[in-house]
Formats: sequence, structure tokens, C-alpha cells
Amino acid sequence: MPAQASDTTIIGGGVVGLCTALGLLQAGRRVTVLDGADGDLRASQGNFGLVWLQGKGAGFAPYAELTRDAVAAWPNFAAMLQDVTGTGLSLDQSGGFEFFTDPVELADFAADLERQQAYLGNRFSHEIIDGDKLRRMHPQIGPAVVGATFCAHDGHVNPLRLLRALRRAVLALGGDLKTDAHVTAVAEAPGGGFDLTFRDGTRHGTDRVVLCAGLGTSSLAAQLGFSTRVYPQRGELLITEKLGYRLPFLSSTIRQVDEGGIQIGGTKADAGPDDSETLDVMAGLARQAVSVMPALADVRVVRAWGALRVMSPDGYPVYARSARHPGAYLVTCHSGVTLAPLHASVLTDWLDENSNAPDLEAFDETRFAISDAA
Amino acid sequence: MKPASRFLTRPDQVGVVHMTLDGEALTARPGDTVAAALLAHSGAASRQSVNGSSRTAFCMMGVCFDCLIEVDGQPNTQGCMTLVRDGMALRRQRGLRDIARSDADA
Repeated sequence: MPAQASDTTIIGGGVVGLCTALGLLQAGRRVTVLDGADGDLRASQGNFGLVWLQGKGAGFAPYAELTRDAVAAWPNFAAMLQDVTGTGLSLDQSGGFEFFTDPVELADFAADLERQQAYLGNRFSHEIIDGDKLRRMHPQIGPAVVGATFCAHDGHVNPLRLLRALRRAVLALGGDLKTDAHVTAVAEAPGGGFDLTFRDGTRHGTDRVVLCAGLGTSSLAAQLGFSTRVYPQRGELLITEKLGYRLPFLSSTIRQVDEGGIQIGGTKADAGPDDSETLDVMAGLARQAVSVMPALADVRVVRAWGALRVMSPDGYPVYARSARHPGAYLVTCHSGVTLAPLHASVLTDWLDENSNAPDLEAFDETRFAISDAA
Repeated sequence: MKPASRFLTRPDQVGVVHMTLDGEALTARPGDTVAAALLAHSGAASRQSVNGSSRTAFCMMGVCFDCLIEVDGQPNTQGCMTLVRDGMALRRQRGLRDIARSDADA
């Protein structure tokens, strides 16, 4: 028999799990969050902090819509977290650039944004800016940049303070947050609900279970009958010494943290579970940043790291209810920061199957089965 | 107690290195680090942190970053990891470093 029972148990104490817990707590549910071990792969501790719309869902309208809703919900979400926890997130949504040194890549991305524009209509806007006009706006931009795209809806937050604020908020609202709680097995309990087994052999009973375990999702997903498998995609990041200078623009690969350091990233590599950084990729990041903004050449990099993105087979989020085990849910996505306000609000309605729940059918894992069969 | 009396001169340290600190003359022994030279010179603050508090070298082994100073125009140099050199121009920093600005950016 399970040692104890709680209403809903979230497996995963990263940004996605904590947001999901926060929404349920605000709806009055009893919630336990099981956070893994320090050595686990933690995308929530290595990310770039973008709250980003530009280019999202260019090939998948439901994702474009979902992301647009999330971006619009961010100001109130950040204010709520500050109220509950006293932690400011340094949310800045004053627009973001993608810079290009290759005209073909610029044209391809511009076409993506046209498709996104067609999906979102007047809920979206974007600009294509040629290199010379860009340098008139921002004289810091180097001559190698042939152009940029700009989306006024893009922004960023301090991602580490977001994670801390979410933990504080979950605790403040009465959530039970267990650390070093690595779940090795999950099964339907004989009397209903679910029985979870931790690595040390202890157990935990729960009425409902939501799997938000990032890169730890796949093995538990299989046990609950979900077909979703996630894979890691490595990004490498640099951060510079803190500057008194304020970078006058935000881009998806170069952003200034509110404390002053400039963070540089955006690489993608298939390296399995290896989250180490590599010299050639770090050098390439630095070169790219200096070609975008030559004045960065004499700024020191003080830290570099690799982190693993959580990728579903098609890169889009998965919101799935188990058909075989009612009460079991799977939530996974790459953009846990951008989508955070929705995971802490309307996802609750979906989990509780309220009449006003959003239609997340397009994000069910059945789409993988269909594409497998095709 | 003169700050210099806190430091023993190594027997192999022969001669004097001439440098400047905010334009004023500063001498050190060859083989000293910038941080050691600054401590021996006065022990006064060698920079101000981002919130205006006074800082100077502390760990002397490259860990604490409290000894950051501008060396020959390069800001945020770790004084404890940099050997003195004749003609070196040191400048105390106030707050965070700036970035090299183009004329167009001014």
C-alpha cells in the first residue's frame, strides 16, 4: 500500500513541473512536487531565459497560437510571482532580433515568419530589416550582418530567478516539494491512483500523476503507457564579465542579463546525454557574437557551459492524458520559460478537465503514432 | 605600521619596477603580482564594486576576483594573477567596466 496519499503528484521540479504545480495549488488542489537529484540533467538551470515568439510554430499553427497566448500572459505572471515571492524576474518584452550573416538563411527565416504571420494575423507583427538600415538603428552592429528580423513581442527574463521564484511560490502556496526524489517506477495502484517508487525503495501514493520530468521523462512515460520519447539537444552558452554598458538590443543568441553579463548561445548539437562544452563550439559562438557586434571583441568570457534542451520527436510540446491509466498526464516541451504562464494557469483547467479548458488536442501524443504509421 | 612591512622581500628580488596607479608613480619589486604591489603600496581600496563598496585584493590566488583592476587599458584584470612590469599603467575601477564605443555609438 502507498505510504501516503496526495491529490496530485508532479514528477519533475524544473520550470515546467513547478509551473504546473503552481496552477494546481492556486486552484486549491493538494500538490506534491518530486524534484530529482543534483546530478540529473536540468534544462531549467542551464537555459537562456528567452520569452520568445518569433519563428515559433511557423510550421504548426497551434504552437504559434499557444506561444502567442503565453507571451501575452507573461506580464501578469511575472507580477504575480513577484507578489507571492518578492522575487523580481527582470522581465523585459521590448522586442527581439534575429541577426543574419547569410542572406539565404535570412530569406528562409523571413518565409517562416510570413507563415507565422498568416496563422496569427493581427496578433503578430514582424519586420525584415536590411543591414544598412539596421546599422542606422544600432551602429554597434558589424558589417558582416546582412540583415535582421525583428518581432516586437519577444523578450527575456532572468531564468535562474524564475526557477527560484517558482520554488518559493509553490512552497508559499502550501505545495509539498521533495528534493532528491528520483522516481524509478510508477504503476497504477490496486485500489486506484498511482504508486511511485523512489530510488531508495521508499514509495509514494497519489491520486493523479503528472509527468514533467524533462529528459527523465522517457522511461517513466513508457511505464505509464505513453508513447512520447524525448531526446536531448545540446546547446552551448558563454557569459561575459559584467558590463556597465547596456546592450541596446535583445537577440535570440546575444542577450544581456540584468546583472550586466552578456550571454551568448544558440548552438544545437546531438550529443546524447553529454552536457559538456567544447572548445570549437565556444570559439564559434564568440566569433559569431563579435561579427554581430565588433565591440564585444575585448570583453572577456568568464564562464561557459553546455545544457541539454528537452526535445519531443517533432520539437513541439506534448500535453497527453493516458488512455490506459486515467489520472496520468504527460507534459513536456522545449520552451518551458516562454510557456510558463500557461502551464501555471490554463493547463490546470485541462488537467482538471474543466469546461473552460483549452483545446490541446493538437498537442496529444497521437500525432507521433500517426506519423509513425505514415 | 607601514603596509610594506607586512611583506617580506624575497632574496631573489633585485631592482625596482616603476608603474603608475591612476597616473601617480608606484614602485614594486620584480616578480610581485599587481595585487601584492598594491597592498604593499597602501592597502587602500583598489576598486569600487557595482554598488559602490570598497574592494581590494583578498584571496591572492585567483579565486575571489576582488582584486580586479584596469591594467594597460584592459579592465577587470585579476591583479593577483598578473605580474608587475615596468611602465605598467594601472587604473582603479569604479563600478562595472564599460565597453569600447565607436564614435557612432557615443
